[in-house]
Amino acid sequence: MSLLSLTAVELGKKIKAHEVTVEEATRAALDAIHEKEGSINSFVTVDEKNALARAKEVQKGIDDGIYTGPLAGVPVAIKDNMCTKGLLTTCSSKILYNFIPTYTAEAVINLEKAGAVIIGKTNMDEFAMGSTTETSAFGATKNPWNTEHVPGGSSGGSCAAVAAEECFYALGSDTGGSIRQPSSFCGVTGIKPTYGTVSRYGLIAYGSSLDQIGPIAKDVTDCATILEAITSYDKKDSTSVEREDTDFTSALVDDVKGMKIGIPRDYLGEGLDPEVKDAVLAAAEKLEEKGAVVEEFDLSLVEYAIPAYYVIAAAEASSNLARFDGVKYGYRTKEYEGLHNMYKKSRSEGFGPEVKRRIMLGSFVLSSGYYDAYYLKALRTKALIKQAFDKAFEKYDVIIGPAAPTTAPKLGESLSDPLKMYLGDVYTVSVNLAGLPGITVPCGMDSKGLPIGLQLIGDCFKEKNIIRAAYSFEQTREYKHSPLAEAQEGGTENA
Amino acid sequence: MHKEYETVIGLEVHVELATKTKIFCACSTAFGSAPNTHTCPVCTGMPGSLPVLNKKVVEYAMAVGVATNCQINQYSKFDRKNYFYPDNPQNYQISQLYLPICHDGGVEIETSAGKKTIGIHEIHMEEDAGKLVHDDWEDVSLVDYNRSGVPLIEIVSEPDMRSADEVIAYLEKLRMIIQYLGASDCKMQEGSMRADVNLSVREKGTSEFGTRTEMKNIGSFKAIAHAIEAETARQIDLIESGEKVVQETRRWNDEQGYSYAMRSKEDAQDYRYFPEPDLVPIVISDEWLQQIKDNQPELRDEKLARYVSEFGLPEYDAQILTSEKKLADIFEATTELCKKPKKVSNWLMGETMRLLKEHEMDAADLKFSPANLAKLIEMAEAGTINGSVAKEVFEHIFAEDADPEKYVEEHGLKSDNDEDALRAAIEQIVKDNPQSVEDYHNGKEKAIGFLVGQTMKATKGKANPGLVNKILKEIL
Repeated sequence: MSLLSLTAVELGKKIKAHEVTVEEATRAALDAIHEKEGSINSFVTVDEKNALARAKEVQKGIDDGIYTGPLAGVPVAIKDNMCTKGLLTTCSSKILYNFIPTYTAEAVINLEKAGAVIIGKTNMDEFAMGSTTETSAFGATKNPWNTEHVPGGSSGGSCAAVAAEECFYALGSDTGGSIRQPSSFCGVTGIKPTYGTVSRYGLIAYGSSLDQIGPIAKDVTDCATILEAITSYDKKDSTSVEREDTDFTSALVDDVKGMKIGIPRDYLGEGLDPEVKDAVLAAAEKLEEKGAVVEEFDLSLVEYAIPAYYVIAAAEASSNLARFDGVKYGYRTKEYEGLHNMYKKSRSEGFGPEVKRRIMLGSFVLSSGYYDAYYLKALRTKALIKQAFDKAFEKYDVIIGPAAPTTAPKLGESLSDPLKMYLGDVYTVSVNLAGLPGITVPCGMDSKGLPIGLQLIGDCFKEKNIIRAAYSFEQTREYKHSPLAEAQEGGTENA
Repeated sequence: MHKEYETVIGLEVHVELATKTKIFCACSTAFGSAPNTHTCPVCTGMPGSLPVLNKKVVEYAMAVGVATNCQINQYSKFDRKNYFYPDNPQNYQISQLYLPICHDGGVEIETSAGKKTIGIHEIHMEEDAGKLVHDDWEDVSLVDYNRSGVPLIEIVSEPDMRSADEVIAYLEKLRMIIQYLGASDCKMQEGSMRADVNLSVREKGTSEFGTRTEMKNIGSFKAIAHAIEAETARQIDLIESGEKVVQETRRWNDEQGYSYAMRSKEDAQDYRYFPEPDLVPIVISDEWLQQIKDNQPELRDEKLARYVSEFGLPEYDAQILTSEKKLADIFEATTELCKKPKKVSNWLMGETMRLLKEHEMDAADLKFSPANLAKLIEMAEAGTINGSVAKEVFEHIFAEDADPEKYVEEHGLKSDNDEDALRAAIEQIVKDNPQSVEDYHNGKEKAIGFLVGQTMKATKGKANPGLVNKILKEIL
């Protein structure tokens, strides 16, 4: 069996037991990347040299008793919108094609403290804008289950790398579903924590009031363990929350007896692929069999979530992305006349079409004369959506539903109709608008052999509820390795 | 018939706060360092960096609000003002639009026209921009981000001023209040206080406002007065000749004595303000607000009254001593040591003012310690040194904070109080100047002055003038 088929926690145990060295694990991951990148393109940067040096350093740290945690020595891939000191950080955009940060994101520092070995930076939709990882300036990432399909997005590189077993786990970021939707498409597990749980310091902002960093891995145990490691109260992030209940692994309990679970009827209606619906309802039944009380209910305002999300996220993005202007770092056009021409040409040439679309949309909704009609109305809608969830959580411990209306579409299908692509975010964006935690776990396969994910949503700061429910559900099925992951096992044996 | 016009003026005053660190990061606010040495990922707008509010900025803004009789918004927010310019590293400025920290206040001013209250519409907090350095030789522009993120408050007045005099009185009032609070040194020439002047004219007696222009960043009180006079005249000329005043931003050139249009309202930018998502709302508890109110220092008006009642100073002295906080601080500390308020006042109003003027310095730049001035006053009082020596020693206190005892010792300036030796010297001088002696006896009182002068010369200025006079009169 390949080393890469282990979960992060399983590998961590083997390293601690001296059955595997950190260097062996790192080399195995780098070999897998060399072998598979041609097929899936999940990395923007592979940091082979530093990863191997770091592996030696961490091994020594483990031997000296400095790194004692469950993730010590385990190689990780980081989404390319998190700053890593001295290591290229592009947001998969031409405008940051040469940007090397002078500091490391807080969440990544937390992983380093836990003894992580960073092997590289993963591909994403440009500036996290997209649901397919096709808007990357460095080419689309492909789905390890079927390379004619997209991996989802925007954390498609991270999810594909985990599913293809190029790394043991990855960090992603989620502004409107960017961890949960690609996790669903790639058959892996991902958590978007409560807003304020993981520091955003060093995460290159898309929609500041919605962005959260979270773990992507093979199972719930890994995700809870990783989340525990990256969570911290960070004074450098004013929206960071000081929490005490961050021992997420304590919720890894196979018991949902008496747990109240609601399924929003609105999440099962028009537009939902019947195969996805069946898989989600089957999962609900499994939870019911284990003693949970499951019922359908009406969660209001579902149809307003997408417009509100796209107005708020685009507005914040239009301002957040203003700093990419060719003056201080990143791409600057070759020839220009004067300052304004330099701004215009650098930004026109540096940003891709989806990013430009959202900057224009965001600038429009913030313009004088439109601010009240669009931006303010969207903020009010956001508050009402939060209220609707508050009401639901008076009754339910966990809300479940699909993570996306379909399984992974084919490459090239989505970008031709952006509005349709936006509508695909219907089940994920309201979680960000309300600041709630959400987790996606695999729950089945469609007839094309593509994974289906189950989304579990909790009340603010109730990650433990969704971790417990997801862990319990996970016990009812086997983890399925993607064909690309299987391919490597054969490859290694034949080598 | 000649129409009579009235000038209507409102001010936007930017004040740089005296915090040690910037508003959203821990970088130093020190002035005059090498370019880009007080910078970090936050104040250079690096991707992924986030602002964290400096609490001291909020406290200074609250203190200024309380001292200018404003309402304090106990729930206040920051907003982003979006515009592209290289001195603004994020291409947005973090400022306050929708819920500024202070609103609806006002201060009383006094001019030759009498007393009047100038309303304050709001006070908001914001970050300063960097500095562009244009290198004409290389045909490039460089950016220095040392100033980027230095905290500012913007004090927006109501359009309540009607003359340059009122504008200056209002600015002086703000400057003194803010200096007394220690919230800023308010040095216009260093840019820590800057004013934008909004001005319109209208026929006297009408209630509607005319079209206003805005003049940006005028560098001194004098220039502001010039700019107001020139802009008033320009607008009246336009109206008189049947033309319209255009709403625009103008730049005042004080050397040339005229202003020119920078941009009109038509190409005014849409700043696309929206709430800053990286910062949480500022919630000011009743306790915090009360603490700020309780800790307000004695402001100028109270201090002035106290100097008259407690120290028995003439109102004129009290006015001058309290006109600069630094002067008042030195006065109080020196008086505390030597218990001679009038003497201290005389030194500050006389020699100190003279030397400040001579060196083109502000009272804020005074460096000497009250202890040395107090010692000097005591030495002069005790007759250890005479008046002219005291003035000489003071110049060294002023310049290098010299210890007067040491200085007098080292330079041998002690008054000569040896009466016998002095009497011998004077006898000799009387002998050598029979003409003056005769003049004196003929009633020319002035002649004694000449003899005193000769004595001082002979004793190299060290003689005690009182003693010299006494002995001279005895001999004569």
